[in-house]
Amino acid sequence: MSETRLIEISPVTRVEGHGKVTIHLDANNQVDEARLHIVEFRGFERFIRGRLLWEVPVIVQRLCGICPVSHHLAAAKAMDQIVGVDVLPPTAEKMRRLMHYGQVMQSHVLHFFHLSAPDLLFGFGAPAERRNIFEVIRENPELGLRAVLMRKFGQEIIEATAGKKIHGTGAIPGGINRNLDIATRDRLLGQVDQMLDWAQDALAIARNYVQDHSAMVADFGTFPSTHMALVREGDGALDLYHGRMRALNCAGAPIFDMLDYCDYHKVLVEDVRSWSYMKFPFIKELGPENGWYRVGPLARMNTASFIDTPLANAAHGALRAFSGGMNHSTLANHWARMIEVVHCVEKIRELLHDPDLQGTDLVAKGERRFEGIGVIEAPRGNLIHHYKVDEHDQVTFCNLIVSTTHNNEGMNRAVKDVAVKHLSGQPKITEGMLNHVEVAIRAYDPCLSCATHALGQMPLQVEIYDADARLIDRAGQCL
Amino acid sequence: MNGPFQFRIDGVEVAATPGQTIMEAADAAGIYIPRLCDVEGLRHQGGCRVCTVKVGGKAAGRSVSACTQPAEPGLEVENDTEARNRVRRDLVEMLFHEGNHLCPICEKSGNCELQAMACRLDMTAATRFPYLEPCRDLDASHPDIALDTNRCISCGRCIRASQDVDAKGVFGYVGRGIHRRVAVNGADLAHTDAALADHAMSVCPVGCIIRKGEGFATPIGARHFDHGLIGHEIEGRAGEDLARKDGRK
Repeated sequence: MSETRLIEISPVTRVEGHGKVTIHLDANNQVDEARLHIVEFRGFERFIRGRLLWEVPVIVQRLCGICPVSHHLAAAKAMDQIVGVDVLPPTAEKMRRLMHYGQVMQSHVLHFFHLSAPDLLFGFGAPAERRNIFEVIRENPELGLRAVLMRKFGQEIIEATAGKKIHGTGAIPGGINRNLDIATRDRLLGQVDQMLDWAQDALAIARNYVQDHSAMVADFGTFPSTHMALVREGDGALDLYHGRMRALNCAGAPIFDMLDYCDYHKVLVEDVRSWSYMKFPFIKELGPENGWYRVGPLARMNTASFIDTPLANAAHGALRAFSGGMNHSTLANHWARMIEVVHCVEKIRELLHDPDLQGTDLVAKGERRFEGIGVIEAPRGNLIHHYKVDEHDQVTFCNLIVSTTHNNEGMNRAVKDVAVKHLSGQPKITEGMLNHVEVAIRAYDPCLSCATHALGQMPLQVEIYDADARLIDRAGQCL
Repeated sequence: MNGPFQFRIDGVEVAATPGQTIMEAADAAGIYIPRLCDVEGLRHQGGCRVCTVKVGGKAAGRSVSACTQPAEPGLEVENDTEARNRVRRDLVEMLFHEGNHLCPICEKSGNCELQAMACRLDMTAATRFPYLEPCRDLDASHPDIALDTNRCISCGRCIRASQDVDAKGVFGYVGRGIHRRVAVNGADLAHTDAALADHAMSVCPVGCIIRKGEGFATPIGARHFDHGLIGHEIEGRAGEDLARKDGRK
């Protein structure tokens, strides 16, 4: 038998979706290769063909149970173009934005408190039985309660705008199907100041973690890369709902800026690899080797010129000052994510005071077109929906590039970086060591079911193979 | 027998007039008998059998469709009982098993009588029958109307409406037995004289006949069955009658 080994982490836990990690060790127990595999296939891009255009925002949101609003809105934006609407009535645009801020908030809170907090509070190598939300609640009941109530608030925003907390129907081609009634608005306003206080507390936890562990953070899945996100047209502010595409290289210089997202296919290409159902997008002019990039909260903090809400903007400035410019640390995503929670709550408060939400002009109409592209900044990063529709209103083409797909190469590099640093040279691989690999993946908050546009469960596995590609060890968890 | 008479549904006295069906008399009395193929304004068909009631007593009774069976003086009708509703639930489950009824993505959800009937009959889980998962095309050829026969339950409402009200015959049955299906009188819907204003386009109980462009314009909370179980309007009549009687007192 060869002295080389293959470790398999299968399934990866506390992420959304189903994936595994394989780590190849050579005869000296040095990590030779480490990969994140996405082992599911779903095929939404195919079976949406033939469906009617107004069904699309409702069907494709079923890609995900965590961030369905992002798919719902990205598809609705694409369908706006197909029904010939470039500018929505103010009520429609603001209701959609409110829905989106509620969505980003609840998703980020879910990730930070429920999925990642056990690692951050108890340590990456803490016993597996401690690394779960129930232990967080046991250890800090107040924090656990806040986590639940903050997510509940975000879900209630979604319900108020989409009709249901999960898989609603609010956005329709050309607009929205409801406004916000006064009673609901007042109920939400009654909670929003408390939410903002708690959001700032959560931000402090994430910020302090990164600052207090700066040496570890700088050595844990930190590597230079391009970052890409939508930014607001004109001033480059953070804009989660709409904007233009900006990609900055590792030094912060633009690769493209203020790009109309309808031209995404002119700058991005998707590569495929035999060992994963998830594609590998890259920037065309830089090629597959150098053109990969990262998206998500940290990418947005890196690309946004500023944030148009005061508390989040101050936090953005603090992150930039701490980083001295572009930040490339995988774990800094947690800090960035909590800045966005503060931003979302500030935006929610601003919108709830806006009388346009009680407007009655909900839908615009225009001249029919046959192609539409909708792009949005989902919780996990840039999300692209592209459709073509025939003269009978039936979809003939669909291409989805979801946030986790954009981050595919980045996550794989983080996996390898952490595996090399924490597993190489170790004669015995412990579960705690493997959790370090999962911590790196979790920091991207991947949604693997979204990324494969497919069905299934989500836990992660690690496998170890020998030099002859024989599986010799496997470790996994499904909490 | 020319004058009004009385019969009983689940032990409740119901007034009827000669020629009235059991269902018509029940509706007037505020007693709901579940139905899918029957709808006001169209001739009765007795096809879906969801309205099946038992007449003639528990022991020697026989099952009849309430929408077609005339009421008779002194008739004993068993309607809202566990046994009757179990049979109805079986029938509804089989309708789900026969087609492709994907409520979560259907624009008729919340306004769909099949979905509402499943809810009323406590069909709380997926059908226990194996899904047939038929492969049927969506006909979107018409500029204003689409036909998704994946959702068709062969109730025949569109056939009767098109023939009897619209005088067109756009729809008709083809095939026999389990293969019987609703089809259009042309290569596709665009090659018929179907029009959006036809009565046939407004009677489909499910999401088979689609009025293009409406989609999900009605928000959740404002859909028909968001306000109550299917049949609640009919059952509300009984309450109104009582209120009127109380008012007279």
